[in-house]
Amino acid sequence: MSIGQSATPLGKVRGLGSAREGGEHWLTERVTSIALLLLGTWFIASLLILPSHDIRTVLEWLHAPSGAVPMALLIVIGFKHALDGMKVVVDDYVHDEGNRFACNLVLLFLAVGGGALALFALARIAFGANA
Amino acid sequence: MAASIIHRVTGAGLSIVGLAVLTWWLLALSGGTESYDAFTKTAGSLIGKIVLIGLTWAFFQHLFSGIRHLVMDTGAAFELGINKTFAILTFVGSVLLTAALWWYLLGVAK
Repeated sequence: MSIGQSATPLGKVRGLGSAREGGEHWLTERVTSIALLLLGTWFIASLLILPSHDIRTVLEWLHAPSGAVPMALLIVIGFKHALDGMKVVVDDYVHDEGNRFACNLVLLFLAVGGGALALFALARIAFGANA
Repeated sequence: MAASIIHRVTGAGLSIVGLAVLTWWLLALSGGTESYDAFTKTAGSLIGKIVLIGLTWAFFQHLFSGIRHLVMDTGAAFELGINKTFAILTFVGSVLLTAALWWYLLGVAK
């Protein structure tokens, strides 16, 4: 059945749009945005509440589970949301299919690599003895 | 229009610059006193402060226009008047919050 002959409204629009897919991607972007609303506010509020920003105070904060766990979530969900959002920008503005694939591949590698690097640094802080 | 493109620009800025600074900050912290000092020295410089203030504004702006998008996803607030007021409020809110936060952080009031 070709596009336009489908029985349902959903069937008519499936596969259209600049990414050719994306219901799940769209929803994930929104769910992560709400998580980041909370985590981002937590992060900024925590930085403001800290009595000082010297290394000892900050390490102590991120060494405790109450600091390390939300921070880990902020890293993972933050990089995921950034990847999803940047993919929309790439899909909308990079029209050549080959270039679009390459851009999305670079984005994916940067997001996964950057996220891993940030998580590794956090793990060193959280599990380190120096706090 | 403006609110929508600004949402993308701030999102891209937070994705690239914001996450890079966050990762650098964590690496600097995990590396010990020397690397953390290097980070705070750069962050405390004039350019560092401008970048951090810009990131703070981008975060609040993206947050508020994100909430606006979530509301519009439900099919609400498409009427021209409400839509425009909402868009303007996202800018007012982000600028005010950024100003208040850095006012406090830089101890301007003290």
